[in-house]
Order: sequence, then C-alpha cells, then structure tokens
Amino acid sequence: MSVSAATVSPEQLRSGLTRRKLMDQIFVVAGLAVMLGCLAILAVLFIDLVRDGAPRFGWDFLTNFASRRAEKAGILAAWVGTSLIMLVTAVCAVPVGVMAAIYLEEYAPKNWFTAVVEINVTNLAGVPSIVYGLLALGLLVHQLELGQSILAAGLTLALLILPIVIVATRESIRSVPNAIREAAYGLGATRWEVTKDHVLPYSTGGILTGMILGLSRAIGETAPIITIGALSFIAFLPDAPIKSEFPFVSFQWLHDPFTAMPIQMFNWVSRPDQAFQSNAAAAGAILLCMTLAMNGVAIFIRYRFRKKINW
Amino acid sequence: MQPMTEAHGAVRAARPAQESALSNESSAKPSATSGGTPRITVAVDDTRQMRALNVKAAVDNLNFYYGTHRALKNLTIPIADKQVTALIGPSGCGKSTFLRCFNRMHDLQPNTRYEGSITLHPDNLNLVGPGVDPIEVRMRIGMVFQKPNPFPKSIFENVAYGLRLRGLRNRATLAEEVEKALRGAALWDEAKDRLQDSALALSGGQMQRLCIARALATTPEILLFDEPTSALDPIATAKIEELISTLRDQVTVLIVTHNMQQAARVSDYTAFMYLGELIEFDEAAKIFTNPNKKATEDYITGRYG
Repeated sequence: MSVSAATVSPEQLRSGLTRRKLMDQIFVVAGLAVMLGCLAILAVLFIDLVRDGAPRFGWDFLTNFASRRAEKAGILAAWVGTSLIMLVTAVCAVPVGVMAAIYLEEYAPKNWFTAVVEINVTNLAGVPSIVYGLLALGLLVHQLELGQSILAAGLTLALLILPIVIVATRESIRSVPNAIREAAYGLGATRWEVTKDHVLPYSTGGILTGMILGLSRAIGETAPIITIGALSFIAFLPDAPIKSEFPFVSFQWLHDPFTAMPIQMFNWVSRPDQAFQSNAAAAGAILLCMTLAMNGVAIFIRYRFRKKINW
Repeated sequence: MQPMTEAHGAVRAARPAQESALSNESSAKPSATSGGTPRITVAVDDTRQMRALNVKAAVDNLNFYYGTHRALKNLTIPIADKQVTALIGPSGCGKSTFLRCFNRMHDLQPNTRYEGSITLHPDNLNLVGPGVDPIEVRMRIGMVFQKPNPFPKSIFENVAYGLRLRGLRNRATLAEEVEKALRGAALWDEAKDRLQDSALALSGGQMQRLCIARALATTPEILLFDEPTSALDPIATAKIEELISTLRDQVTVLIVTHNMQQAARVSDYTAFMYLGELIEFDEAAKIFTNPNKKATEDYITGRYG
C-alpha cells in the first residue's frame, strides 16, 4: 500500500525550512527583547528613584525619626516597623501555609469537601488587599482587642500571603517523585514520616520560593496596614525585644503602635513641600533594596539547599 | 528459628497431561500437624513428586480488586522459605499486582480490596487481613523496585533509614548494621570510602544494589523484587543476579521478571501467571525444560509474549 503525498522538490523543502527557522529566530529575539524591556523599565525606575533621592542618602536618613523639616526627616521608625512586621508575617504565614499545603496534598481524601477547600484557597489570592484590611480592623483590632499594633499588622499580612505560600508549597510537593515516597513506604514509614523525612526536605526550594513571593508582596502592601491604623508620624521605636534583665526576651513590641515604609512614603509624597518628594524617592529606593536583599538571601538559601544534597 | 517439618509433595494424577483451558490447576491445602507448623501438600497433576517445600508464606485463594475489576483470580501458591521464587508471565498478567499484595502497597491507592489470605509463617499472620496493620507488614517484608530509587541522601543515610524508623539511634550500632547490609548487597568495597557521599552519584547498577542493601538492613522475612534489572545494563544485571543467588540461603526471595532466562538462571521455584490466574507452579528446572501445560510451554518457547 503506497501513501500518496504531494511530492516536494528539494528546493521547496529548503525554502520552507528557511522560513520555519526564521520564525524560530524571530521568537527568540522577541522573547529576549520583551525580557530586556522589562528589566530596562525596572532599571529606569530604580535609577530615577536614586537620582531623586540622592540628596537624602546617608546614615542620618536611616537613623532619624520623622520630622517637620524635610532635611531632618528619616526612616528609622519606618524600616524598623517594616522589618518587624515582615518577621511576624513570615512566622505566622509560613508554618500555617506549609501545613495546610501538606494536608491538602498528602492527607486529604479526594472528595467534594477537599475540592471546596482548594477552590477557596486559590480564590483567596485574588481578594483585594483592602478587604483584608477591613477584616483585620473588625476582627483583630477590635474583636480580639489586639489594638493598632505590629501583631495585628503581621497577622493581616500573613492572611494576605497565605494563599501564595499554600499554592507554591503544593506545587513543590507535587514535584516530589512518587518513587521516593514508595521507597519510604516500602521500608515501613508512616505517612508523617514520609512527609517529614523525604517530601518536605525535597520541596524546601519550592517552599522558600513561595515564602519569597509572599513576603515580597507583603512588604509593599499599604492598604491593609493603613486600615488597621499604621501611623505616619512616629517619633519612637517599638519596645526592644532584648532586655538586660530576666527573662531577657520581651514580646511587648508586638503590642506597640508602628509605622511602615510604604506608609511613610505615601505620607511624604502627599505633602506639598517639594523637599519631601526626594525623601519619598530615597525611601522608595531603600524599600526596593530591602526587597532585593530579602530575595537574595532566599535565593542563596535555595542554592545551598540544592547543592547540599545530604541533609 | 523453630525447626520446620518437611512437607511432602503428594502424588496425585488429577488428570492426564493434556491441553487444558487456562485455569488454576495446582492447589495447596494446609493441614494441621501436632508440631504447630503447617504441612503443606502441594499437588501437581503429574506423577512426578515435587521436592519437599518449607513454606514461608502460603497464598490461599487470593483475589484482588481494583474497584470492581478483578485483577487476581483465586491464586494459591506456596512461597518456599529461603528459596527464590520467580513469577513469570506476559505483560498485564498480574505479577506485579500479586507481588505488591505481599507488602500491602496497594493500600496506598484508593478503592482496592483483598480477598483470601497470604499466611506468613511461623506466626500465621494473614498479610492481607483486614485487621492487620500495613505498616507492620511493610516492616517485615522488604521491596526492591524496578527503577532504582535511592533517597537523595548520603549512602549511609539511605541504608540507615529503615533502621532509624525502627528506633535505632546508636551511631556505632547503625554503622555496624549499615556495613553488614552493604556487604550483603556486594556494595561495601565500592562504597566504604564514600559513605557520606550522595547516593545519586552512583551508577545505575550500584544504585540498585544500594536499594537492595537498604531493604536488607532491616532483616526482612521476605524480600520482594519487582523486575529489578529491567532498567540496568547486562553487566549490572549479572551482578544483581549473582547477588540474588547469594541471598538465597539467608532470606526468602520473591522476584517478578519479564526475562524468562533470568527466571531460569536465578529461581528455585517458578510460577507462570496469565491474566490474573496461576497457570502453573513448579520447580524452575521442571517448568523450563518440561512444563505440564501447553500454555506454559507456548510462553516459554516464545509463541506469545
């Protein structure tokens, strides 16, 4: 039985091939151009910020409190506040998110209830952040009487980034090869032992990625923390966590009022005084650096985890 | 280890050796003795008497269901103690399904059901019984999988994992047991200088031997091999086959293989399965030279595969 096909001459074959290869190269160039374009935009924004904020950079800027005078105003309270809030957010969101993802992936039976939970988790990622702010105001600040504190802000942002952490963790748990699970079960491990000894270590890279993505989103969120009452003119720091007398560690700082970098920037930008604009630009550049530093640390940890296969 | 009474192969000419439908002919019936260890009579429809057979696990009318689909049909086979039993048959005949019943791996999938029993001697535990904890079964029965699957940890940690699960923490004892297991798997000489190196840096054959060492470390009562050499090159295959031969007198081995010649080389007893049923069970020498059933003979000579 012969297969009939339109006979193509070698010249036609060649010209068709050239055209197809051209499409291939066009795609490569287009992709590269788009990527470089995005990086260029980021670079332009950053350079613009740095240029506008240039007169303010200095040790004083980082160690001064806010002030009516633009030259004297600094971001001490703001970056300390942001750092502490990020700490609380990470401590609250990551364990809860990871455990929820483990439950959904390893333990949950495939029934309608699990499906409902999964749909809701992914939907939560799309809820506008101001809604989280209102929820936090009603529940955390007033109902649970946490007040307008760092703890309330941290919990709010933890709620915000929880879906991101859960989804990223689920993806990385799914990528653990089943062969490893089978090998562990075959030796007589319980489900928790398989998860603890094999699945979690293997998926640490993905979990850290989820954490980075979440914290990067949280660090710049302004709406929820304004809603719960971050102040913008604070001339004091939260209570120090390390004390000089027993028990040497204090959690009073969780209950203190606070401000954060985005709030401070927003406040300065809204002022008519032109001098404050450069303050805002400088603060923006520093906020970008904080985000990049956080990402850098996480990427470094991921890299070390990948290289060091024995744990 | 209590002394086993010998089981004698009964001479029973059930029907003359003729072409028969594909059905389960050999049967094993346990009968009580005063000594406590069951004497298993194995009947084969032939006038030749099968060599006496100490039974480690007696499979009795085992049926296995994936949902409503019946994958294994009334299997009754004795698994000989400290001998190598091979399961052969074409693809889809249920050999791997049968193997996985021994260590309850099917319990990890939803909607599976066992009927019948696999009785482990000497304590008469029904491995597929509803009241039996699958984790306990898996701690007593080890498995080596088709594709080598070492953990992404060091060689030492791979072998020690099973021992750690059992609560062994003492570093010296762990090291001793790991060495014993690696020696048993013929990997000690190649691995002794790099116990802390990653297991993933080993070659395919070495990885499979590592997996065997990992399973041996916990001194299993039965060691299951699911086509252990199908992903390996001939040299590695030869080493693993040699290893299985040396394991013969230390642990009961049940091996599934696609490769008939491997079954002929390595096993003492062979079971031929087709479409979920047992067609013939006998000593390997007999099956491969002069099988009783035409179906077996057709398979062995390559009429169908």
